[in-house]
Amino acid sequence: MANGIEAPKSFQEIILRLQNYWAGKGCAVMQPYDMEVGAGTFHPATTLRSLGDKSWAAAYVQPSRRPTDGRYGENPNRLQHYYQYQVVIKPSPPDLQALYLGSLEAIGINMELHDIRFVEDDWESPTLGAWGLGWEVWCDGMEVSQFTYFQQVGGHDCHPVTGELTYGLERLAMYILGVDHVMDMPYNDPSSPVPLSYGDVFRQTEAEYSRWNFDVADTDVLLQHFKDAEAECQRILEQPYEDPKTGKRIVMAHPAYDQAIKASHLFNLLDARGVISVTERQAYIGRVRALSKACADAFVQTEAGGYAA
Amino acid sequence: MPDLLIELFSEEIPARMQGRAAADLKKLVTDGLVEAGLTYASAGAFSTPRRLTLSVEGLLSESPDTREERKGPKVGAPDKAIEGFLRGAGVSKDDLEIRDDKKGQVYFAVIAKPSRPAADIIAEVLENAIRNFPWPKSMRWGAAPLKWVRPLHSIICLLSDEAGATVVPVDIDGLIAGDTTEGHRFMGAGRFAVTGFDDYATKLRANSVILDATERADHIWNDATNQAFANGLEVVEDRGLLTEVAGLVEFPVVLMGEIAEDFLGLPPEVLQTSMKEHQKFFSVKNPKTGRIERFITVANRETADNGATILAGNQKVLFARLSDAKFFWENDLRVANAGMETWTDALSNVTFHNKLGTQAARIDRIAALAREIAPDVGADADLAEKAARVAKADLSSEMVYEFPELQGLMGRYYAEAAGLPQEVANACEAHYSPLGPSDDVPTEPVSVAVALADKIDTLTGFWAIDEKPTGSKDPFALRRAALGVIRLIMENDVRVSLADVLGKGYEGADVAHLVGFFHDRLKVYLKDEGIRHDVIDACLAMDGSDDITLLVKRARAMAAFLKTDDGENLLQGFKRANNILSQAEEKDGVEYSFGADVKFAEDDSETALFDALKSAEGAISSAIETEDFAGAFGAMAALRSPIDAFFTAVQVNADNAIVRRNRLNLLGQIRKIGTSVADLTRVEG
Repeated sequence: MANGIEAPKSFQEIILRLQNYWAGKGCAVMQPYDMEVGAGTFHPATTLRSLGDKSWAAAYVQPSRRPTDGRYGENPNRLQHYYQYQVVIKPSPPDLQALYLGSLEAIGINMELHDIRFVEDDWESPTLGAWGLGWEVWCDGMEVSQFTYFQQVGGHDCHPVTGELTYGLERLAMYILGVDHVMDMPYNDPSSPVPLSYGDVFRQTEAEYSRWNFDVADTDVLLQHFKDAEAECQRILEQPYEDPKTGKRIVMAHPAYDQAIKASHLFNLLDARGVISVTERQAYIGRVRALSKACADAFVQTEAGGYAA
Repeated sequence: MPDLLIELFSEEIPARMQGRAAADLKKLVTDGLVEAGLTYASAGAFSTPRRLTLSVEGLLSESPDTREERKGPKVGAPDKAIEGFLRGAGVSKDDLEIRDDKKGQVYFAVIAKPSRPAADIIAEVLENAIRNFPWPKSMRWGAAPLKWVRPLHSIICLLSDEAGATVVPVDIDGLIAGDTTEGHRFMGAGRFAVTGFDDYATKLRANSVILDATERADHIWNDATNQAFANGLEVVEDRGLLTEVAGLVEFPVVLMGEIAEDFLGLPPEVLQTSMKEHQKFFSVKNPKTGRIERFITVANRETADNGATILAGNQKVLFARLSDAKFFWENDLRVANAGMETWTDALSNVTFHNKLGTQAARIDRIAALAREIAPDVGADADLAEKAARVAKADLSSEMVYEFPELQGLMGRYYAEAAGLPQEVANACEAHYSPLGPSDDVPTEPVSVAVALADKIDTLTGFWAIDEKPTGSKDPFALRRAALGVIRLIMENDVRVSLADVLGKGYEGADVAHLVGFFHDRLKVYLKDEGIRHDVIDACLAMDGSDDITLLVKRARAMAAFLKTDDGENLLQGFKRANNILSQAEEKDGVEYSFGADVKFAEDDSETALFDALKSAEGAISSAIETEDFAGAFGAMAALRSPIDAFFTAVQVNADNAIVRRNRLNLLGQIRKIGTSVADLTRVEG
């Protein structure tokens, strides 16, 4: 390959290179959040940490679930479970675009041969009460990343501003590795003793979850879970800031936010089961947004959120 | 005289905002300069994805000294008057001079504006422009307080003359203006300094940036059409897309690619929409077959492999996109071939509006209404009902879910695939029309019936639940729907009573109020034809004005009549007659409307008027009978000179009571005629 960077051989090598690259740029390499989320943005390392005035820099892989996108593992590009690579830096550095382009080179995209473009794309998450401005980044006409300057999260203005980069890992890797069907993509090095494709790892689970998401998930149970998560989130946030046992100020923003994430994912599952009508949809989104906002309100009352006693 | 160069260099500005932003920069800066007394010879603004540039030539090097004297209130005037004067003049009381005037001592303010160097003014004006720039949406970044469309990285603010160039000191929250910029993100060679606009433009070009958006667009269009032409093909014109694409690149490179054989069977509109919406590709058509066979993409750089990698990548993305489209198309065709029932059933789960029920319920109403309207528009009732039942089926299709802008069009394709009669298929597409004042109106009777039924159901429905448009708010586009009904009726020469038709719509609507709304829309619409609202009021006052086609015919004839010399004069004569008559009627407490007799005529002009009225009356009523309003007004025009002559020769309010009454009754006849074709009393002026 030109510019001296060797082409990666597998899906995992692309992830490892991104981890190394961003670690080298000073990001805390974090682990995926241990809950079901629809996108890397839901990780508290992005949502909550983009609030308040403390500096922050993190990078991580986040497994993401979008039940409605399930195709039983048969569609070349669509998956109900996939990976996003997420980078967040606050305040956004002046050379964030250059840093981002450097990451593309690191994973084997030769800037001399490809056409990289920043195309307007405003980002909004109604369930997080969040929006930002930025672009989708195109490589030869394909969207390979979202690039966003957060302006508001949980109803709070972001200041300083967090710069967020989100890479759709499967699509990006398929392009770099020259693969047409996601299931054919080498997961590890094809010359390994046990070479594994993406399909070897995920084809079966895609089928299993597609069936469950679309036809089997018990909607009454999901609905009850949704209500429970909503109630628990509210209950947590109603607690006084001072813990009666330790006498310390402990605002429970994260436990409450976990419940908000849960409610959000349960809503997605209910949506995939087709039991939410068009009019109800808005109401559900509004309920999740109310939780997100309440969690954001709580987080800015914590030390990490910039609260100073 | 110095020249000024300004460049605001940022991260990528959304393509749709660039042109406007360049114009705004020019206006904000030049207006500010002129206001401060700094005039200039010429100015030009430019934009690329990463920069807004302004070049101002022939600027004054300093603003002129100005001295203005203002006369104020008298000495001893109330404090309020003096304070007001001081505020207006921007001076304090100590600055005022007292001078002797004819009426005594008066305050004078002398406002002297000393000359300021251009650089001072420019710095102030530019800072103000940057801080108050009218971006449609702006943002913050990093920890800076400034807002811009995307992060602003550098500023050139350079004043140059024969002696050389100087940077104007501008400091926006630590972002300090200089004389350097950079070229193309990938093909440029780092930052460079410039000495003025010509040097700037030359160096940008050397660094692979074409500064002028029009030049980029021309280059793209010429190259695209040449490449297509060389292959016996032609590019499908799309000005909006061209402007957008020119705003996505600083160095356009046009590449033409093939569309895989598998996808050539897709409807051309699907190919075009998918390529444009997702990829910003131009479609390339084979003029012989009308098929879209290739695409044009515009890259932002040259490469060693002449774009081969870029083109291959784009082709691959397109393949995935079109595979989706083909998948939708084939799935949809299966449903269509099976009679579309899955779709129509699905619409019973889709809420149209929570107070107006589901789409399925709405379709039932439209179908019933289309059936009722069918005879009025010359359509077969069964076909009209059938068309109404399937016209919105495509809303459940996968293709329309993906590309909502293809609604109706896909409906036509699917109805054809389902083997439905062509009129029905056409109605699926045409029933949404007309969408705006310039959109074509459907003419096939079945389409007209469904289009009317659709719009009338919407209007009466929202009227019934009291969701009428208010002020600038019209979220359900009801004004557009009403205008649609008017044009459908008018342009197809449909003869119905509007109130009757609206009465067949959604139950519970206040039809009388809705008719009033239609009249307002009609006035707005006909205003563009130069027909005044009072002309329409004059026609609305007539029997049968509930028939819009008749109403418009009458209004057009009347407007044309009033534009003629005869019409204008007749109107004045009529008004005069009406005024005299009204005054007399009020005074005498009787109505003079009957019994004028030629035997009491004293003057020849009076006799002539009797004759003229008699023959006009006959001509007018026979013209009205055949709806020949131009003829009716023409007959009225013949009354102009007899009426004028009458008023010149005789005094209506004669001393002789019999003669007076007779003349008033004669005027009564004029009034009767003047309200027989349209009610002329309602015409203003």
